[in-house]
Amino acid sequence: MSVEQLYQDIILDHYKQRHHAGLRDPYDAQVSHVNPSCGDEIMLRVALDGDRVTDVSYEAVGCSISQASTSVMSDLVIGKTVTEGLALAAEFSDMMHSQGEWEPNEDTLEDAVAFIGVAKFPARVKCALLGWSAWKDAVARATAKEES
Amino acid sequence: MSDRYDVDRVRADFPVLARTINGYPLTYLDSANTSLKPRPVVDAMSDHYLFHNANVARAMHTLGAEATAGYEGGRAKVAAFIGAATPEEIVFTKNASEALNLAANTLGAGLGVGDEIVITVMEHHSNIVPWQLVAERTGATLRWFDITDDFVLDLDKARAENLINERTKVVSFTFVSNVLGTVNPVNELSAWAHSVGARVVVDASQAVPTLDVGPISDLGADLVAFTGHKMLGPTGVGVLWGRADVLASLPPFLGGGEMIAVVEMTGSTYAEPPYRFEAGTPPIAEVVGLGAACDYLTAVGRSAITAHEADITGYALDGLRALEGIRILGPSATIDGLAVNRGGAVAFTVETADGLDVHPHDVMTMLDSRGVAVRGGHHCARPLHRRLGVTASTRLSPYLYSTRAEVDRLIEALTWTRDFFGGKR
Repeated sequence: MSVEQLYQDIILDHYKQRHHAGLRDPYDAQVSHVNPSCGDEIMLRVALDGDRVTDVSYEAVGCSISQASTSVMSDLVIGKTVTEGLALAAEFSDMMHSQGEWEPNEDTLEDAVAFIGVAKFPARVKCALLGWSAWKDAVARATAKEES
Repeated sequence: MSDRYDVDRVRADFPVLARTINGYPLTYLDSANTSLKPRPVVDAMSDHYLFHNANVARAMHTLGAEATAGYEGGRAKVAAFIGAATPEEIVFTKNASEALNLAANTLGAGLGVGDEIVITVMEHHSNIVPWQLVAERTGATLRWFDITDDFVLDLDKARAENLINERTKVVSFTFVSNVLGTVNPVNELSAWAHSVGARVVVDASQAVPTLDVGPISDLGADLVAFTGHKMLGPTGVGVLWGRADVLASLPPFLGGGEMIAVVEMTGSTYAEPPYRFEAGTPPIAEVVGLGAACDYLTAVGRSAITAHEADITGYALDGLRALEGIRILGPSATIDGLAVNRGGAVAFTVETADGLDVHPHDVMTMLDSRGVAVRGGHHCARPLHRRLGVTASTRLSPYLYSTRAEVDRLIEALTWTRDFFGGKR
């Protein structure tokens, strides 16, 4: 497994130009997640319109993998329903835990398929999942708020 | 000096150095994280487990006597290694963190509202969090030394703030920073703290492996913590040295077997130090291993190890300074190629030609693909990184088995990493 396979151009491009970065109003839930072992940190906001994800915005510090993954995640989930977004989160998580033994579906995961190489670096899997974990948490809180 | 110091002979005792990682020879520059282990240390532990294993102190048979002799022999070796007055000044814990927690909890027992604890912004989390917990519990106030732009403690600012004053009850600081490599003026700080009647605790985790710190009481500190696994010993054993009268004045920390004199259901009396602080079955094999590590370091020669580390560290500092995009976080001056009055830990950041900060975890992954092991992250010193205006850094740390050729491999891999992220793939 070479680092060239790990750091695909898609990942480096998203790292250098992060989509939907910065915190925006309005939002329905805001969460802060950290990866205590490495110090990666993210503050993330989710805005919902009924079941539809209308915005994901964030401020984050961290490695190229965590930053690029958050950028790709925001591209994927904005405009989708919560159910669709959670299904994507599950699919991405399955791919990341596959140790690279996985045929990624480009139709659903789009740019996120580039992270298949990360799955072969066990120490870096948690980097790729940080943004997704924060998003799932934020959606859960936003949904709970709506129901209460 | 490299011609006098036979690094190849030392390296022959570390079988892991013959390994290749991802097709490259292992370049282990992560010794401030944990050191490699030489065969004699592992052999001593293996011999203990296979032929002398028993519990200590309470087993009245031959093996029990041998295990006790091994454990107490380890205590005597550690005492001699740091120049302690007696072996009874050595308390074994499970690591330096536990040693510092022992210090914080026992010294903290007498604290209350209005009392002040002083630490520094360059501490490892293990010398921050125990004091935060004590401050929370007792109502004492936690204060700290800042650093200057030259990466040393800002003593002038501390004086201006009256940081050490009549309310100060404990001053706790690191001997050698695990990030900056800065060596703190232990004598001066100890004298300052003692002038107001405060107790002095020193985290010597990064100092004892390389510097000849003995006689330990000459530092002027009351309690000194360090760990075994950074000085060729096994994980699972740490040390708290205490001046005999200080240890005698402290209450117990953990309760249990071995630490008592008489137990009644209505109350107990406690053993004398060091046993008062060693509840339960201690890390026997680990202490045997740590004793063997002390023997090994002594046989190689303490001053030779100090000089070798100054040579390798100086060589690394010169190499990194010459590399575009590298910012060293810590004193980086060298004299005749030797590091000056600093530890071997060298932390730095990496920036590409087009201004992109390469994150330490990406640096670490890239270097690992070339067999180079370093640490990336905040090195358990998040407040220090915040103070330096960075979230994380990459850190190299050599030891007695490190070579200039390994530093060359690091520099080459770093150059490749910087250019890879800079778009020159």
